[in-house]
Amino acid sequence: MPSRTSKSGLNNPDASLTIRKGGGLPLPYRPRKKFWRKLEPWLYLAPMLIAILFVFGYPLVSLIILSFQRRLSGVNTFVGLTNYKALFKDDVFLQAVKNNLMLVITVPIMVFIALILAVFLFERIRGWQLYRTTLFLPYLLPITVVGLIFSYIFQLSGVLNEFLNLIGLNFLALDWLGSTRYALPTLMFVIIWKEVGFGVVLFLARLMSVEEELFDAAKIDGANWWQLQWNITVPQLATVIEFFTVVSVITMLSWVFNYVFVMTGGGPGNSTMVTELFVYLMGFRYNQMNIASAVSVLLLLVTGFFIFLELRLRAGTSAAEVS
Amino acid sequence: MSAGARIQRGIAILVRQGSVILATIISLFPVYFMLVSSFKTKSEYIQNKWGLPSSLYLNNFNTALAGEKFFIRFANSAILTALSVGVSLVIACLAAYAFARMEFPGKDTLFNLVLSLMVVPPVVMVVPLFVSMVRWGLVNTYQGTSIIYIGLLLPFSVYMMTNFFRTIPREIIEASRIDGCTNLGVFWRIMMPLSAPAVITLVVVNALWVWNELLIALIFMQKDSMKTLMVGIAAMRSRNYVDIPATMAGLLIATIPIVIVYLFGQRYFIRGLTGGAVK
Repeated sequence: MPSRTSKSGLNNPDASLTIRKGGGLPLPYRPRKKFWRKLEPWLYLAPMLIAILFVFGYPLVSLIILSFQRRLSGVNTFVGLTNYKALFKDDVFLQAVKNNLMLVITVPIMVFIALILAVFLFERIRGWQLYRTTLFLPYLLPITVVGLIFSYIFQLSGVLNEFLNLIGLNFLALDWLGSTRYALPTLMFVIIWKEVGFGVVLFLARLMSVEEELFDAAKIDGANWWQLQWNITVPQLATVIEFFTVVSVITMLSWVFNYVFVMTGGGPGNSTMVTELFVYLMGFRYNQMNIASAVSVLLLLVTGFFIFLELRLRAGTSAAEVS
Repeated sequence: MSAGARIQRGIAILVRQGSVILATIISLFPVYFMLVSSFKTKSEYIQNKWGLPSSLYLNNFNTALAGEKFFIRFANSAILTALSVGVSLVIACLAAYAFARMEFPGKDTLFNLVLSLMVVPPVVMVVPLFVSMVRWGLVNTYQGTSIIYIGLLLPFSVYMMTNFFRTIPREIIEASRIDGCTNLGVFWRIMMPLSAPAVITLVVVNALWVWNELLIALIFMQKDSMKTLMVGIAAMRSRNYVDIPATMAGLLIATIPIVIVYLFGQRYFIRGLTGGAVK
């Protein structure tokens, strides 16, 4: 067979490709093969491209246009930056932005807790596999379900306060979700509860791929526990810690809708309002599609920055892996 | 080992076990709370919030199933999940094959672009999507909503399948090419059977995502007969506030499929959700 293909593929320098494609195809089709080879990848990509253009491409373009328009007497008219200017005078929006930024505080807390737990599990304490299973479970449960359960736990007459009263900590039995002061921190607790398991499993998986000798060598050199963690564990985990941090920051800024919607609905008194809920309310309750679009554009810019950051980190990691 | 060293070791184990057990209790308490509450009567719940139920009161499940149109919601969620996960899998595998095993101009740029869409929050696209869905009469339909889910699932799916396809040795493909296999033949007869573990992982993770999704379902499945389970649950907060045990029973039914699948296919979840970040 090779001799036959090499004859017919005389003016094709890449003989191996000819063999690949050649095979049993009849001669008349040969001249069209080059065209076919160029076209073929796009046929495989086409369904994905169509879906992505529909779900991401078109909405993102139309979003930007909508954000510069207002509906005046039934027609969308360009109004320049009016929507954006209105936003920055809107107390509810500013409160939402502030709350999203407050939520970012949970990220270092999550990293710390996940790191400690992952290290303990990695030290193969008795039952570590079982603990890994249970610690990861919250990450899988629907936020809607979890949020509802927690809103019963944190009720004024809920199970948490009953417990606190029982052990004599009456002064701590607060209206966790019903007061403007504690609603956001309570929400933060639930977010940490749900997301920290992801960090634990992520860190643990990375730790298990580190060569044991590295730890053994440090131990032989007489490093104590803290030195071991600080000098071996943390540097070895640097890339996954970075990844987890970036993903969590993005989560806090733009993926917390479910928590807020189910647990507080933004209240009491907008104390847990977040930008996503603001978009939802503006777009679908107050029929202010243009304002909602302007907020979406801002949200997109912020996440865009972090996407860029993540891609840079990823590029750095894969380069390091190759070398 | 000296006595001092032994004590020190004991303390070290105690600290580790102590903190991990505490974390586990906190992790599991809401699940435990849901479980025990769903078997209590209303009055028993008020008297005894965290203890085990004195008897298994099953009426809550009746209330939950009848009161919230549970079966319709359950079916809606299941249909949407199956449709979106199935279609997105096929589309993602085709695209991943092109990314992993074909050459075309702009490949890396396109791949990175698709990859970066993974973190775009869905809430951003919701307003324009709603406008177009209304225009085409696709609101409150399975196909309309699953198109959105398919699009949202694609970036991660393409990323994962591409990475997996790249690990399949080139020699296998070359060999089957020489045997006269076309690209589609290689894809269907060689790549897909070899990718079974990756496909299972992807299906599990994507199904979980669609099953748990709230925002899109809330906006695009508004009609009562089309609502998903999560939308129904989110609405329980205001409606069933007085009957907490019945609500808990409903939550339990909605959660049980996930927990069972997780306990049996744990490695698929862990591999799928941490995949890409850990090599």
